[in-house]
Amino acid sequence: MEIPEDLLYTEQHEWAHVEEKIVTVGITDFAQSQLGDIVYLDLPKEGTEVSAEDTFGVVESVKAVSDLYAPVSGRVVDVNTSLADSPSLVNDDPYNEGWMIKIQMDSAGNPELKHLLASSAYEELVEGQESSEDGMEKELAGDEDE
Amino acid sequence: MNTNQTVTVSEKLLFERSTKNRVGVSFPPLDVPEKKPHGSLLRKNLDLPELSEPDVVRHYTRLSHWNFSIDQNFYPLGSCTMKYNPKINEWGARHEAFSLLHPNAPEDSVQGALELMWELQEMLKELSGMDGVTLLPLAGAQGEFTGLKLIRAFHENNKQTRNKILIPDTAHGTNPATCTLAGFEVLKIPTTGEGLLSIEHIQKSLSHDVAALMVTNPNTLGYWEENLKEIADLLHKNGSLVYCDGANFNAFVGLAKMRDCGVDVMHINLHKTFSTPHGGGGPGSGPVAFIKKLEPFQPTPIIKKESEKFSLDWNKSQSIGALSTFYGNFGMLIRAYIYMKTLGIEGLKHMSHMAVLNANYIRARLKKYYDLPFPRKFCLHETIFSDKKQTPYGVTTLDIAKRLLDFGYHPPTIYFPLVVKGALMIEPTESESKQTLDDFCDTMIHIAGEAQKNPQLLKKAPYNTRVRRVDEVRAARNPILTYKLSSTAEE
Repeated sequence: MEIPEDLLYTEQHEWAHVEEKIVTVGITDFAQSQLGDIVYLDLPKEGTEVSAEDTFGVVESVKAVSDLYAPVSGRVVDVNTSLADSPSLVNDDPYNEGWMIKIQMDSAGNPELKHLLASSAYEELVEGQESSEDGMEKELAGDEDE
Repeated sequence: MNTNQTVTVSEKLLFERSTKNRVGVSFPPLDVPEKKPHGSLLRKNLDLPELSEPDVVRHYTRLSHWNFSIDQNFYPLGSCTMKYNPKINEWGARHEAFSLLHPNAPEDSVQGALELMWELQEMLKELSGMDGVTLLPLAGAQGEFTGLKLIRAFHENNKQTRNKILIPDTAHGTNPATCTLAGFEVLKIPTTGEGLLSIEHIQKSLSHDVAALMVTNPNTLGYWEENLKEIADLLHKNGSLVYCDGANFNAFVGLAKMRDCGVDVMHINLHKTFSTPHGGGGPGSGPVAFIKKLEPFQPTPIIKKESEKFSLDWNKSQSIGALSTFYGNFGMLIRAYIYMKTLGIEGLKHMSHMAVLNANYIRARLKKYYDLPFPRKFCLHETIFSDKKQTPYGVTTLDIAKRLLDFGYHPPTIYFPLVVKGALMIEPTESESKQTLDDFCDTMIHIAGEAQKNPQLLKKAPYNTRVRRVDEVRAARNPILTYKLSSTAEE
């Protein structure tokens, strides 16, 4: 399970790469392995305002549909359009080719960054979830015959 | 080439079977003056299939053999309550006295139908403990929608803006979907390690924005929400209401009334609890039961009884309005009515007791072989396992479900509820005998053995089905949504 040291993480398994005011966001290796083959992504358009801890999109695998949570507040300035045709990039290369959006923060020293987890803390979280009964927290989705 | 049609893997469409000038029906000679429709109503090329009666009968009979239904074998699809649908229900629903009724017939001429609906409402009122029932919703999800519209109307009438609905993380997917459709925002409530809602979690989530709690009881882990009354009291103190998703009513008919647990409004799935066909078998029906405070807002029409005469009332100034044309899925109301009348209250209680007993029997027999998440001593009408004990062999829930197909069973619900990783959700219902349950458990134990000794066998299952393992990922990533007719393939 790859957890790069230079990234920050959310408890919902998004990673954030911070460079000045720009934060690149994707989901972690653990998240993609739990979801299984990803078949569809619903990502915001450029220019959309997102808030920290709010959903910014949806990721769908054959098993489940999960919400994606923004690690910080700001404006979406770039979206990985390759994922529309190749959602499998998130499975194959979650930290590089599988990036999802870039968020521009109001300021470089955004205090919201302090709420994110360092790689060591995220590793602990993942280890805890791997051994516990329930795995990755997934959003309410899917249904049987209602 | 002449192929044996009974063993083909695919069945041509009727359009592909068409033979020029072949007819299945000979019309009698015209006995009224001929009148040509207006020119613009006529299409030049109407490409209808031309077939004989046996062509058509054989086509549909062959297709029917591909089906899987509760009339063929055990169907333990958790949360869906695939119980046997007694044939006497069909007799009633197809009886000419009902089946030939026109929805616009004068009220005087359909008193029997209105009386049946009124009596069904009374029975559902009694079983839920509520003050009113509407039979109009056409499905469980529309029942949820109706309930939330009642809640919204109630708060708006009190000049309050409340936009949040609390939903436990074990909820059916329709609950958050209905909230969104009804214009509410969802606040997810985590389940405790015991698999229940906690009073503390609810307390923390309450604010003046909360319109209601939407709770399923028993929840989708098959457990009774033991704290529901206390939780409902908290909601009421906060000025909020409590909605119950009655999808799992099968577990407690005649044994508990949701009103006594503090529920203000609930839907009841006639197509689950009261044995009307569903899935591919027919439309649903999701009556909504509510307390007096919500009565002014109920959808129209409302069935009225005045000195032994029944009528429909469309005039309610505060009503949320109509949900569909006419009066709900009437055929389903007849079936549910007959089911309830044939069983009686003691029979209905016995039904729930047996549903719970059957689920616990499977739970007890399989718990050595399959992991039981959120372990508690007993479950109610359904029991949840996971694939944790099979994980070391690389076998997943999906593999187990696929392997079950080889033995002629419809697999349980899989990967739901989402709070359980690799969930296998088994709901046997009360319809099944001990022999059926034992056969199923023996098969599940056999599959657990295969998972250990020969995991590769499971990875490639099923083997005995018309279609082998399908590539779900490819289907989802590259869906082909149009059918190419073989006769027009060259076009």
